[in-house]
Amino acid sequence: MRTHEEKRFQVFGNIVMAILSACALLPMLLLVLSSFTDNDTLVQNGYSFFPAKWSVAAYTYIFTSGNSVVQAYGVSIVLTVVGTACSLIITTLLAYALAKKGLPGKGFLNFYVFFTMLFNGGLVPTYINYTNTFGIKNSFWALLVPNLLANGFNIMLMKSYFASSIPDEILEAAFIDGASEFSVFSRIAVPLAKPIVATIGLFAGIAYWNDWQNGYIYLTTRTDLYSIQNLLNRMIQNIQFLTQNSTSVGNSNVALASIPSVSVRMAMAVVGVLPIVVVYPFIQNNFVKGITLGGVKG
Amino acid sequence: MGFANFKYLFSTTDAFIITRNTICYNVVFIVVNLVMAVAVAIILSEMTSKWKKFYQSAILLPYLISYVIISYLVFAFLSTENGFINNSILKPLGLDTVSWYTEKKYWPFILVLVNTWRCVGYNCIIYLSTILGFDRTYYEAAAIDGATKWQQITKITIPMLRPTMIMLTLMAVGRIFYSDFGLFYQVPRNSGTLLSVTNTIDTYVYRGLLELGDISMSAAAGVYQSLVGFVLVLGANLLVRRIDKDSALF
Repeated sequence: MRTHEEKRFQVFGNIVMAILSACALLPMLLLVLSSFTDNDTLVQNGYSFFPAKWSVAAYTYIFTSGNSVVQAYGVSIVLTVVGTACSLIITTLLAYALAKKGLPGKGFLNFYVFFTMLFNGGLVPTYINYTNTFGIKNSFWALLVPNLLANGFNIMLMKSYFASSIPDEILEAAFIDGASEFSVFSRIAVPLAKPIVATIGLFAGIAYWNDWQNGYIYLTTRTDLYSIQNLLNRMIQNIQFLTQNSTSVGNSNVALASIPSVSVRMAMAVVGVLPIVVVYPFIQNNFVKGITLGGVKG
Repeated sequence: MGFANFKYLFSTTDAFIITRNTICYNVVFIVVNLVMAVAVAIILSEMTSKWKKFYQSAILLPYLISYVIISYLVFAFLSTENGFINNSILKPLGLDTVSWYTEKKYWPFILVLVNTWRCVGYNCIIYLSTILGFDRTYYEAAAIDGATKWQQITKITIPMLRPTMIMLTLMAVGRIFYSDFGLFYQVPRNSGTLLSVTNTIDTYVYRGLLELGDISMSAAAGVYQSLVGFVLVLGANLLVRRIDKDSALF
């Protein structure tokens, strides 16, 4: 009786989860398939899971014509690498200091970081500050800086790891042996905190790769600095603009011709999401662990 | 100086619409996400299949994709001329095609669906790890006493999961005045005709500042959001502290 019920539950669970997994993956499959579909077929028959005619033209177009795609891809890669490295340096240094026993003004400093998680001025003051005071508009800094300075959550996560998982005795022993504060930090604390460093590096890396808002808001003239996400985003907007203003037919035909075909756009989206999908199997466990660590406080 | 901008903001229908949209969508998201995440976590925790790991990976993946790409995915389904739904579902069934990006009535459902699709894998993680931390002897004892699987779930798992559900829900309620800019801006593709059902405080502030150049209005809405949002976060945290001190943010 019991085994019978157990079996039924397993079958039911498998069916439900198989359906949910299919729902999660099929849209991405559709994207990939349409990028490999012949453009005329795509325009005629629409997006389909069973394309009538295959083609790799979209990919050859992207990678041969030396166009903005390759450039934007380079920006995305550099941004992700530099951004992750910088945010790890800032986060570990600040978190290590905040976790330190006997740090003067520790309570206030912790609150200062923590308060950014509760309250912020919102977009308008942030924008004015970055544009007028820091002048990062239309520079690479616009992509890099806003994400660096706005993550109280990661700092608190790492701080609590330093405070709870690294025994004071180890650090003190090193000090007694004559190690400087910096070598204790870099040679003992950080290596011991490797799991959380990896997790936060991962969060930062994904955030940088996926970020489109900063480029969208701050890069108004320097389109050569567009990341792949910004490039994809601009394409949607151009199309939107043309379809909404299609009364001036003469102009829009010319403009429409300069916009990449449907399959090229899909291929670009595939290329944009590819790094995430490729590294996903390797990072998944770490990602899940990080979310669990953040726990309810997420 | 003065409160003229606020007065003006609240005399328009915009203030009502963006507040209503932000809060109503969030309430629906909170309920749907809670039910879906708990259900998926329970199913996954009870499964013995070797596919379990695959299922979990599959449903988490959408969370890692940027909203720009998600908007491409949604467009592949909803595009009026060559979208999958119009071409491969409605036409073969002999139904009229729908101009999705101009029809308001569908968007509340589309946005809830997209949000659920993206977040269910992420939301179930904490519930799943909580369930896996439960003492298995409760279940063994219940099984010996003849409890069915369903009884084990409703009488053991769900009651033990309740504190986690309350905490996560309260935290989400605290953020009810904030919306996911990517979801409300990218997915509807900034379609003007959809504004009354897709405009939230965050998209309103953005449009005011960078599209319409109406900085004072935008700033007024931003301050409104920050202040009410702050009060709500504090309130939610106060409640959480009452229930379980360790789960509170501060």
